[in-house]
Amino acid sequence: MTKIDIIQNVCDKLGFSKKDSARIVESVFDIMKDELARGQKVKISGFGNFVVKEKNSRRGRNPQTGAEIEISARRVLTFKSSQVLKKALNQK
Amino acid sequence: MTKRDLIARIQEQLTEYPRKDVAHAVEIVFESMVQAMKKDERIEIRGFGNFTVRKRDPRRGRNPMTGASVDVPTRRFPFFKVGKDLKERVDRKKQDIG
Repeated sequence: MTKIDIIQNVCDKLGFSKKDSARIVESVFDIMKDELARGQKVKISGFGNFVVKEKNSRRGRNPQTGAEIEISARRVLTFKSSQVLKKALNQK
Repeated sequence: MTKRDLIARIQEQLTEYPRKDVAHAVEIVFESMVQAMKKDERIEIRGFGNFTVRKRDPRRGRNPMTGASVDVPTRRFPFFKVGKDLKERVDRKKQDIG
Protein backbone atom coordinates (compact mmCIF):
# COMPACT_ATOMS: atom_id res chain seq x y z
CA MET A 1 0.00 0.00 0.00
CA THR A 2 1.25 3.47 -0.87
CA LYS A 3 -0.15 6.95 -0.45
CA ILE A 4 -1.97 6.56 -3.76
CA ASP A 5 -4.03 3.67 -2.37
CA ILE A 6 -4.90 5.67 0.73
CA ILE A 7 -5.96 8.61 -1.45
CA GLN A 8 -8.12 6.25 -3.51
CA ASN A 9 -9.80 4.96 -0.32
CA VAL A 10 -10.62 8.50 0.83
CA CYS A 11 -11.91 9.26 -2.65
CA ASP A 12 -14.15 6.14 -2.73
CA LYS A 13 -15.49 6.36 0.81
CA LEU A 14 -15.93 10.10 1.13
CA GLY A 15 -16.94 10.90 -2.44
CA PHE A 16 -14.26 13.59 -2.71
CA SER A 17 -12.43 14.14 -5.98
CA LYS A 18 -9.00 12.58 -6.41
CA LYS A 19 -7.47 16.04 -6.13
CA ASP A 20 -9.27 16.97 -2.90
CA SER A 21 -8.53 13.56 -1.38
CA ALA A 22 -4.86 13.92 -2.28
CA ARG A 23 -4.66 17.38 -0.67
CA ILE A 24 -6.08 16.10 2.60
CA VAL A 25 -3.94 12.95 2.71
CA GLU A 26 -0.75 14.90 1.90
CA SER A 27 -1.69 17.35 4.62
CA VAL A 28 -2.11 14.53 7.18
CA PHE A 29 1.47 13.34 6.69
CA ASP A 30 2.97 16.82 6.25
CA ILE A 31 1.51 18.05 9.52
CA MET A 32 2.64 14.91 11.36
CA LYS A 33 6.15 15.36 9.94
CA ASP A 34 6.30 19.03 10.99
CA GLU A 35 5.17 18.18 14.49
CA LEU A 36 7.73 15.37 14.85
CA ALA A 37 10.51 17.54 13.40
CA ARG A 38 9.77 19.98 16.23
CA GLY A 39 10.31 17.16 18.71
CA GLN A 40 6.63 16.84 19.59
CA LYS A 41 4.82 13.53 19.85
CA VAL A 42 1.89 12.53 17.70
CA LYS A 43 -0.75 10.30 19.25
CA ILE A 44 -3.26 8.61 16.99
CA SER A 45 -5.82 6.68 18.99
CA GLY A 46 -6.52 3.25 17.56
CA PHE A 47 -3.24 3.33 15.64
CA GLY A 48 -0.28 4.27 17.79
CA ASN A 49 2.04 6.96 19.11
CA PHE A 50 5.00 8.50 17.33
CA VAL A 51 7.50 9.75 19.89
CA VAL A 52 10.83 11.55 19.46
CA LYS A 53 13.44 10.20 21.87
CA GLU A 54 16.73 11.77 22.89
CA LYS A 55 19.63 9.32 22.77
CA ASN A 56 22.81 10.02 24.70
CA SER A 57 26.16 9.61 23.01
CA ARG A 58 27.69 6.18 23.50
CA ARG A 59 30.66 4.11 22.50
CA GLY A 60 30.06 1.70 19.70
CA ARG A 61 32.06 -0.48 17.39
CA ASN A 62 32.32 -0.64 13.68
CA PRO A 63 31.08 -4.21 13.19
CA GLN A 64 33.26 -4.56 10.08
CA THR A 65 36.58 -3.49 11.51
CA GLY A 66 35.97 -3.76 15.26
CA ALA A 67 37.29 -0.22 15.67
CA GLU A 68 35.76 1.64 18.60
CA ILE A 69 33.90 4.78 17.65
CA GLU A 70 31.90 7.45 19.43
CA ILE A 71 28.22 7.49 18.48
CA SER A 72 27.02 11.04 18.93
CA ALA A 73 23.91 12.07 20.86
CA ARG A 74 20.90 12.12 18.58
CA ARG A 75 17.15 12.28 18.39
CA VAL A 76 15.30 9.33 16.96
CA LEU A 77 11.69 8.73 16.07
CA THR A 78 10.01 5.70 17.63
CA PHE A 79 6.58 4.22 16.98
CA LYS A 80 4.63 2.47 19.67
CA SER A 81 1.64 0.59 18.36
CA SER A 82 -1.73 0.97 20.06
CA GLN A 83 -3.18 -2.08 21.82
CA VAL A 84 -6.13 -1.86 19.43
CA LEU A 85 -3.83 -2.30 16.42
CA LYS A 86 -1.86 -5.10 18.05
CA LYS A 87 -5.09 -6.94 18.81
CA ALA A 88 -6.37 -6.40 15.28
CA LEU A 89 -3.22 -8.02 13.88
CA ASN A 90 -3.62 -11.07 16.09
CA GLN A 91 -7.29 -11.81 15.50
CA LYS A 92 -8.00 -15.07 13.77
CA MET B 1 -0.55 16.29 19.15
CA THR B 2 -3.57 14.01 19.11
CA LYS B 3 -5.78 12.96 16.24
CA ARG B 4 -8.15 15.76 17.19
CA ASP B 5 -5.34 18.35 17.00
CA LEU B 6 -4.27 16.91 13.66
CA ILE B 7 -7.78 17.32 12.28
CA ALA B 8 -7.95 20.90 13.56
CA ARG B 9 -4.58 21.74 11.98
CA ILE B 10 -5.60 20.32 8.60
CA GLN B 11 -8.75 22.40 8.72
CA GLU B 12 -6.76 25.56 9.39
CA GLN B 13 -4.79 24.90 6.23
CA LEU B 14 -7.62 23.62 4.07
CA THR B 15 -10.49 25.81 5.21
CA GLU B 16 -12.73 24.98 2.26
CA TYR B 17 -13.45 21.46 3.53
CA PRO B 18 -16.06 20.95 6.27
CA ARG B 19 -14.59 19.77 9.56
CA LYS B 20 -16.78 16.67 9.52
CA ASP B 21 -15.33 15.57 6.19
CA VAL B 22 -11.74 16.26 7.28
CA ALA B 23 -12.30 14.21 10.43
CA HIS B 24 -13.81 11.41 8.37
CA ALA B 25 -10.89 11.51 5.89
CA VAL B 26 -8.35 11.24 8.71
CA GLU B 27 -10.19 8.20 10.08
CA ILE B 28 -10.13 6.63 6.63
CA VAL B 29 -6.36 7.24 6.33
CA PHE B 30 -5.52 5.36 9.51
CA GLU B 31 -8.22 2.73 9.08
CA SER B 32 -6.85 1.96 5.58
CA MET B 33 -3.43 1.40 7.09
CA VAL B 34 -4.82 -0.89 9.81
CA GLN B 35 -6.69 -2.92 7.18
CA ALA B 36 -3.56 -3.22 5.02
CA MET B 37 -1.49 -4.45 7.95
CA LYS B 38 -4.20 -6.97 8.84
CA LYS B 39 -3.62 -8.40 5.36
CA ASP B 40 0.14 -8.46 6.02
CA GLU B 41 0.59 -5.73 3.45
CA ARG B 42 3.59 -3.44 3.57
CA ILE B 43 2.78 0.28 3.66
CA GLU B 44 5.16 2.76 2.05
CA ILE B 45 4.63 6.44 2.70
CA ARG B 46 7.38 8.27 0.86
CA GLY B 47 9.07 10.92 2.98
CA PHE B 48 7.46 9.53 6.13
CA GLY B 49 8.34 5.87 6.53
CA ASN B 50 7.31 2.26 6.01
CA PHE B 51 5.09 0.02 8.11
CA THR B 52 5.55 -3.73 7.99
CA VAL B 53 4.07 -6.58 9.99
CA ARG B 54 6.63 -8.64 11.85
CA LYS B 55 6.23 -11.89 13.72
CA ARG B 56 7.48 -12.89 17.12
CA ASP B 57 8.16 -16.60 17.55
CA PRO B 58 5.99 -18.61 19.92
CA ARG B 59 7.67 -19.14 23.26
CA ARG B 60 7.08 -20.62 26.62
CA GLY B 61 6.58 -17.80 29.09
CA ARG B 62 5.81 -17.54 32.73
CA ASN B 63 3.05 -15.81 34.57
CA PRO B 64 5.14 -13.38 36.66
CA MET B 65 2.58 -13.47 39.49
CA THR B 66 2.21 -17.20 39.92
CA GLY B 67 5.31 -18.53 38.15
CA ALA B 68 3.09 -20.88 36.16
CA SER B 69 4.41 -21.78 32.72
CA VAL B 70 2.26 -20.57 29.83
CA ASP B 71 2.55 -20.94 26.06
CA VAL B 72 2.77 -17.62 24.25
CA PRO B 73 1.65 -18.19 20.63
CA THR B 74 3.18 -16.56 17.53
CA ARG B 75 2.31 -12.90 17.60
CA ARG B 76 2.23 -10.30 14.85
CA PHE B 77 3.14 -6.70 15.53
CA PRO B 78 3.50 -3.56 13.46
CA PHE B 79 6.99 -2.29 12.80
CA PHE B 80 7.70 1.26 11.67
CA LYS B 81 10.87 2.22 9.88
CA VAL B 82 11.26 5.98 9.64
CA GLY B 83 12.02 7.38 6.19
CA LYS B 84 15.37 9.00 5.51
CA ASP B 85 14.06 12.56 5.15
CA LEU B 86 12.02 12.49 8.32
CA LYS B 87 14.82 10.77 10.22
CA GLU B 88 17.12 13.63 9.34
CA ARG B 89 14.57 16.29 10.19
CA VAL B 90 13.90 14.77 13.61
CA ASP B 91 17.61 14.58 14.42
CA ARG B 92 18.04 18.33 14.47
CA LYS B 93 21.61 18.09 15.78
CA LYS B 94 22.59 16.63 12.50
CA GLN B 95 20.94 19.55 10.74
CA ASP B 96 22.84 22.07 12.85
CA ILE B 97 26.11 20.65 11.62
CA GLY B 98 25.19 20.60 8.01
